[in-house]
Parts: sequence; structure tokens; C-alpha cells
Amino acid sequence: MSDATGADPAAAQNPGAAVLVKAPTGIGGFDEITRGGLPRGRATLVTGGAGSGKTLFGLEFLVWGARKFGERGVLLSFEESADELATNVSSLGFDLPQLEREGLLAVDAFRIDRDALVAAGGFDLEGLFIRLGSAVDRIGAKRVVLDTVEVLFTALGSESTVRAELSRLLRWLKDRGLTAIITGEQGRSGELTRYGIEEYVSDCVVALDDRIQDELATRLLRVAKYRGSLHGTNEYPFVITDRGMVVLPITAPGSAHPAPDERISTGINRLDHMLDGGVYRGSTVLVSGGSGTGKTSLAGHLANASCARGERVLFVSFEESAEQLLRNMRSIGLDLHRWVEAGLLRLWAVSPAAYGLVEQLVQLHRRLDEFMPSMAVLDAMAGLNHLGTSTSVSSTIASQIDMMKGRGVTAVLTSLTHYGQGESSALAVSSLMDTWLLLRNTELDGERNRLLSVIKSRGSAHSNQVREFVLTDRGAELLDVHVGPRGVLTGSARMAQLADERAAAAGRGAQFQRRRQALERRTAQVEQQITVLRDDLAAERAELDQLVEQDVAAGEGRDADREVMAAHRWADPGATPDPDANQP
Amino acid sequence: MNTGDVSGEQPAGPAKNVDGVIFDLRLYTAGQSPKSILAIENLRRVCDEHLPGRYRIEVINLLETPELARAAEIIAVPTLVRRLPLPIRTIIGDLSDTDRVLVGLQLRPDGWRSP
Repeated sequence: MSDATGADPAAAQNPGAAVLVKAPTGIGGFDEITRGGLPRGRATLVTGGAGSGKTLFGLEFLVWGARKFGERGVLLSFEESADELATNVSSLGFDLPQLEREGLLAVDAFRIDRDALVAAGGFDLEGLFIRLGSAVDRIGAKRVVLDTVEVLFTALGSESTVRAELSRLLRWLKDRGLTAIITGEQGRSGELTRYGIEEYVSDCVVALDDRIQDELATRLLRVAKYRGSLHGTNEYPFVITDRGMVVLPITAPGSAHPAPDERISTGINRLDHMLDGGVYRGSTVLVSGGSGTGKTSLAGHLANASCARGERVLFVSFEESAEQLLRNMRSIGLDLHRWVEAGLLRLWAVSPAAYGLVEQLVQLHRRLDEFMPSMAVLDAMAGLNHLGTSTSVSSTIASQIDMMKGRGVTAVLTSLTHYGQGESSALAVSSLMDTWLLLRNTELDGERNRLLSVIKSRGSAHSNQVREFVLTDRGAELLDVHVGPRGVLTGSARMAQLADERAAAAGRGAQFQRRRQALERRTAQVEQQITVLRDDLAAERAELDQLVEQDVAAGEGRDADREVMAAHRWADPGATPDPDANQP
Repeated sequence: MNTGDVSGEQPAGPAKNVDGVIFDLRLYTAGQSPKSILAIENLRRVCDEHLPGRYRIEVINLLETPELARAAEIIAVPTLVRRLPLPIRTIIGDLSDTDRVLVGLQLRPDGWRSP
């Protein structure tokens, strides 16, 4: 938008072809759709029904031209006086008289009094040329807006003259290199203009429309024609805000979002664990669930965790006032008030009825611009609520999610699902969500209990487990649910089951104790037997030793006896008592 | 748009109320363009015939004084403005349609055509 000479990149890719230079309008979103703005030095037809925003489009082209792009402009108004124009746009912060005083703008209002005017013979529109020419020359204008030149057809009576002069006027503008906007009234049966002036303005045609879609007034803009330039061909929703028009590009061309690896905590430990460490910074988290399932509380935890890290959070509440929200969060142990005071948390409570959807999104856009939060919570996102949302509404939301991703804002959206819808709700936009947490109520044994499950979490090995989501006065906790023969048990049923299990465990414990004692007893018995056996062995060994000893003593006795016997028989002293020596 | 809303008060017959009144007329032209020259000739002819001796014509060349185009709310050229008598009346074109000029100057009633 800051590129004042925005050449068409498509033309630039085609060397040899004349580069189509563009004049940025400064209208939010429009220059993106047209890749730079309107064809410079040519005329553009802006057509639409009464109140569709044609005049504003032209005025913004001039105001931003003067303020942002250093191009002065002339406005020829055929429908409203200069005072009326100035009043109409002063609420948008456009001070036309000031621009005129600065010599950046020249307004010339043509008042044609049809009743006091009689045509008597041939004429031309030289007066128009003279006035336009002198205004352009006086301030050195580069831009011209004629609003709405079709008035001349009815005012002056002679259609053929007006046609010829209009054709001459466009040649005149082109010869002078002026970038022009001609506004035209849409025909009653859908023609672009009532008098077919599009045949004179052949370079670029922008059609504005004001329609009721899904019971919401929706303004739509379409680039019906843009000779020699690529342009978006969709109908783009736009809104008129207190700062002018904003066109919402449904798909920003060539959008590449940053994808940080950093994970941020959800503020609930076990949920972080289920998500393999938290959600990715800059990703989009959808929390869906029926009423009273704790969506806001869960979102509150995410916000609280962000603030605790010293990051700014924008909390948009479509359901509660700021005071209510703070009080309710306090009841579950979340003190968000301190973050508000610290300037880290900004609460914006907006009634869903206050604005149309597109308007809401534009307001959001602006708040993101002003506050630059690192997280935005939308509780609960309008339009996500009903299943039958038209594609244009969901694509509007899609563009906003896109916008937040592009800024690296972690988006937390809550969405109300109605009983029985379960996972089918929010289907239209769920594909855009990176992480989807589903909260459910289960009703069993006269109790309602909350369940949390992770439906998806892109880029994460996330848990497939269902957890019970319990809100305490110390914050939210996740508990294991009991999955047994009776199904998923929560609340009292889970506690009863746990008590049963404890009792059963206690019973088993006693049995073990008995068996252990028995074992000990048996061990003692065995050890006793071992002692006995060992004693037996020792006794046996002692007996054996005694026998061996007796035998040795007996041997010595025999030798002595033999010597006694030899001496007694007078045996040769040299003779040994060896019986072999006595052999002959 | 309210200033010119006087058509309902127009007299039915030839405009009696302008008898004897001096007509102050101003003709805006664009130099010597054929339509401008034609308009000057036609205006003089009509005035001499229908307002003998009680008209005053000022011819303004917008090419010389373009700022007057805005001041006098001129779009079409030539444009004849009846400044007096009031109310101000505007007739555009080269004035070749005399009947329409007479109606425009309120010398004839609305929708009048010569027999």
C-alpha cells in the first residue's frame, strides 16, 4: 500500500509488454485484490446501487491519494453539494474542507436545477470541461472523481449529446494522464449502469453491492473487469467503518504464514502433556462444546498462561461483559484482573447484535492492529455457531483466521455446539484449525460431568485419551476417566469405581500378606530342617574321623607287637621284619 | 432543488407579469465555437422580435473567465441565464428552437408550441 507506483507484478514478469502502472487507492484490502490499485492514467467505473458506497470509494481514492501518495485530486459531484459531502464523510475522519485549504483537494459540486432548465437547441458540456480543467490546473491534480455523471442524462435531456460528451470527457482525462473514477448507478434489472456508460470506461470496472445474506447485511465488492491486469474475481465482503472502507481479501495472494516451532502452554499441565507440550505459537485453537462445558474457562486458562509469560492477550467476548468474565474466571481461581491492570490483557465485550459479522471482523482487525497481542481469544465466534452458514460467511471467517496467522497471533476460538451436533459443528471452518479441543458433557447416574478430548492437533503426537475436565476453585484440572465394563466413568461414578478398586486392592493385599506369612513360616521350617540335616552330617563326619583315628592307633600297636615277637624269637637283628626278606 | 420549484405558479396565458420588465440576460459561450456563434445570433433575433427595447445581453466567454463557469453553475455550453426578472431561468443549447426559448424565458407557458 505504501508503494505509490505499484506496477503490476504480472506485467513485470512479461518483458516487452507495456507495464501497466497502478495508482493505489489506499482502501484497505482493495489494493491487495487488484495488486496495486486502479490503472494509472485511465478511468475506472465504480458502479452500484443507492447507498452501496460508490461515493465513499471515490472520496477515499482522493483522500488517501492526497494524504498517503502525494497525489492531489478533484471531485466533481453531481449529486451532493460540497457541504453535504463534507458532512457525510466527516464522521469517517475525512476533513474535506481542510484538504481543500491545503490545496490537496478541489471539490466542485454541480447543481442542476431540472425544473428551471430548458433545452433549446444543440449544446455540449464545455462548461464541465472548463470547470474540471481549471480545478485540475489550479491544484495540479493527478486524480479525478466524477460522482455520479449519469445524473447528466436525466438532467440535460439530450441523451445523445451526453453520450458524445462523456466519450469526449474520457478521452480528455486520458490525454491528460489523469487517473479517474466515474461512478455509475446500477441498472434496475442488474445492468452495470443505468445508461450503459461502461462502454466508455473500458479499462476497469468495480461493482459494489449491498445484499442480505444469512440475515446479515453484507456489502460486497467485485472487480468485474480489469484490462491487462490480474485481479481477484471473487465477491469480496467489505465494510464501512468509522475510518473508511475495508475490503476483506478472502485469500490473500501468496500468503506464507510463519510457522514457529515454539510451543506455548495452555495453562493446564495435563493438557500440555496431551498436546505433546502445548500448542504451537501462532496456531489456531478451536474449543468447541455445548453450553456449560467450560469453553470460556479453558480459553481463560490459555489467556492467563499467556499473560503470565508477559505476553499481551486480546480477549473478545461476544457473550459476557468484561466484569462478568473477570468474576466468573475468578470463581475458578483465575485472577485475570491483575493482567488487565498490568496492561497485558485487553477485554473487549461486544454484543453480537451490535455489528454484522463482517463489521465485527473489521473491528477485530483494528484492535489487533492497535494492541498487537500475541494471542487473541474469540469467545464465542459468531457465525461458527450455525451449521448452515453460507460459504461467504465462513470464508470471511477464514480470511480473519488467515489474517491472524499472518500476524503470528495465536488464535483461540470457542464455538458453541448444540446438543447432538458434537463434532459435526463448525465443520465449515474446522479445516483451518490447527488444534481442536472438544468439550462434552456426559450424563450418568444423575450427574453431568465434563469430558475433554483432542480431536486434532496438527504437527503434534497428541493423546487419544479422553480426560475428565474438572473446574475447581484452583483452576481447571484434567483427570483420567475410568474406562471399564460400565463404559467411560466420570464424577461420582468414577470415584465410586476408584473406591471399589481400592477396596479390591485392599482385599488382595490381605491375601498377599497371608501368603507371605505362610511362606515365611515355611522358610523357617525349611531352615530348621537344613540345620538338622547339617547337624546329622557333622555327627557322621565326627564318627568317621574317630574311626580313622582308631585305625591308625591300632596299626602302630601291631608294629610294636611284631618287634616284641621278633626279639622273642631271637631273630637276626639285621633281618627286617619284612616277611619277603625271610624268603630263601 | 427548491429554488427552482416555481413551475406550479406559472401563469396559464402569455406571461402578463413580465410585460414592460427589462430582461437581464447573460449568455455563457465557449469562444468562437459554432454553437456559441449560433446562440448569439439566435438570442438577438428572439429578443428583437419578442422583447424589443427591453432586454440587456451580456456574453461571457468562459474560455477567458473559466472561474465564472463554477460561479454560475454552468455545465452545458451555450447556456443562457435570465437573471431578471426573477426567478432565474436557465436555457441551454444554441437557441435554435425558438419555441423552447420563449417558454424558457417564460414569455410563453410551459409546453407551448407555435401553431
